[in-house]
Amino acid sequence: MQQMISIKALAHAYNREKKINFDDWQVSKGDQWLLLGNSGSGKSTLLHILTGILSPATGQVKVNDTEIYQLKPRELDRFRALHIGIVFQRPHLIKSLTIEENLLMAQSFAGLPENRSRIQEVLESLAISASLHQYPSTLSQGQLQRASIARAVINKPALLIADEPTSSLDDQNAGTVLRLLKEQTELNQSTLVIATHDQRIKEAFKHTYTL
Amino acid sequence: MSPLQISWKSLKSKPLSSGLNILLIAFGTGILTILLLASRQIGDKLTQNSKDIDLVVGAKGSPLQLILSSIYYIDNPTGNIPLEDAQRLSRSPFVKRAVPLAMGDNYKGFRIIGTDSNYIALYQLKNATGQFWKKDFEVSIGATVAEQQKLKIGDTFLGAHGLTENAHVHDHHAYKVTGILCKQGNVTDNLILTNIASVWKMHEEPEHDHAHENGHEHEEEEPAGNREITSLLIQYRSPMSVVMFPRMVNQATQLQAASPAMESTRLFSLIGVGIDTLQWFAFLIMLIAAVSVFVNLYNSLKERQYDLAIMRTLGASRIKLFRIVIEEGLLLTLTGTIVGILLGHIAVELIGSGQESSQAKLSGLIFLKEEIYLFAAGLAIGIFAAIIPAWQAYRADIATILAKN
Repeated sequence: MQQMISIKALAHAYNREKKINFDDWQVSKGDQWLLLGNSGSGKSTLLHILTGILSPATGQVKVNDTEIYQLKPRELDRFRALHIGIVFQRPHLIKSLTIEENLLMAQSFAGLPENRSRIQEVLESLAISASLHQYPSTLSQGQLQRASIARAVINKPALLIADEPTSSLDDQNAGTVLRLLKEQTELNQSTLVIATHDQRIKEAFKHTYTL
Repeated sequence: MSPLQISWKSLKSKPLSSGLNILLIAFGTGILTILLLASRQIGDKLTQNSKDIDLVVGAKGSPLQLILSSIYYIDNPTGNIPLEDAQRLSRSPFVKRAVPLAMGDNYKGFRIIGTDSNYIALYQLKNATGQFWKKDFEVSIGATVAEQQKLKIGDTFLGAHGLTENAHVHDHHAYKVTGILCKQGNVTDNLILTNIASVWKMHEEPEHDHAHENGHEHEEEEPAGNREITSLLIQYRSPMSVVMFPRMVNQATQLQAASPAMESTRLFSLIGVGIDTLQWFAFLIMLIAAVSVFVNLYNSLKERQYDLAIMRTLGASRIKLFRIVIEEGLLLTLTGTIVGILLGHIAVELIGSGQESSQAKLSGLIFLKEEIYLFAAGLAIGIFAAIIPAWQAYRADIATILAKN
């Protein structure tokens, strides 16, 4: 099976004294993984390295068959825009833009033409199409989290990464977000990696990488 | 969703601070626009109206007042001079052309000037319709006079004594319009021209002028006697006249010679102090505006660090973030500049419409190519104010920002 993620001999130095080594890891295309670890274990650091926003001290990182740290900065930006979608713990949409404009911005940064029917399709699949022209400040927390998932999947990324998406949610909302992430991954035939210390969702995944 | 649209949306979401910055820039640019338009138009009018006039000879008094009254028609004359003296000076070998002026009356604020055919030659006047005055009380009127007073060939009107409206009306003689001048773009557009004899007669006792009621010609034939005129416009014959003639007038006669070039320069240096002060005031406002835009962008950047980091995770390059911040600065300052220029033009038009003196009327409908410098200044202030915040956005360490949040 083709690999979506491959890390080998990866290490990151926070400073001269503090360094973290990551075990080698291979993720096949279409798999759904849980990246488990306590706070401060290096989950976010690994996710930042995988998304190309934090250069590792040593080692090799391949995402979707591309050695991402061999790319030039602008190529890496474009690669991230086209191949990786990221969902954060807090939704954090751009407040001055409507939900539609937030998604149009994501399309624009990826260099893709504006595709409003795709936006409609994604928002409908997340049951928030009525919020299309609303500003983030007018939406509930649940709607915002759905909108942030929509932004992450709008360009049909090959890899969907979520950083603590359920940590601050109650059981019901945590379950909903997890379901939506899995649904969107299957819908877009993506690979899913969720970094969390939330033990509630451990049972929902076959594959686990623990730090 | 281009960076420009993102910048615009960001500014729109902060209407109060964006509005204040735009207002500051607009205020500074507006003052500069008003100064630019006013000083250019006043300068142009001074030049146009004094073109080809080397010297003005009149009664002793303020030389500036003599120039203002005899060339620009915006002050009272310094007095009258004997016609005999004026005629003697006109025959001087230093003089190429001498144009006599006799003032004293107006029609609804437009001055009635008694003169001769030399005035026509000096300003190269042409008629749009009709012909130049030939007999007493016939007048040629300027284009603006005709337009504003709705006068046409054959119309008659009564002149009023003095140089302002609402004065005593000379109802014993009526002026008749025989010609309407082509638009000249100078002071003659606002004048009513007739022969000197008409002005004299208008001020004689009514019972004394019955002999002229059949209107025979007087121009350039009136015997001097005790007659007086207001002033004499002089064109020199040679460069040597510049040195000799004024000195001769000022020392050897009871008259005064004033140079339009020198008095205009003196006038401008007097006005210039005020213009300079206002200009520095406008520059100070622009500087405050630039600092305000900088503070606005800098503070907003601190608040929006996480926004910008999210944009980077969505694939925005460092250059794109740089552009978003720079364009915010430019949008603020260019909007302010455009608003300021428009307000400046509106203000000048309003000042012009409220001006009593029709001779020096300002217009806000004139656009100068120098106004492009105001746009350039707006552009420069925008870049200057945004460059540091934009550089910070460019250099932002997104992994650290995301980790902190």
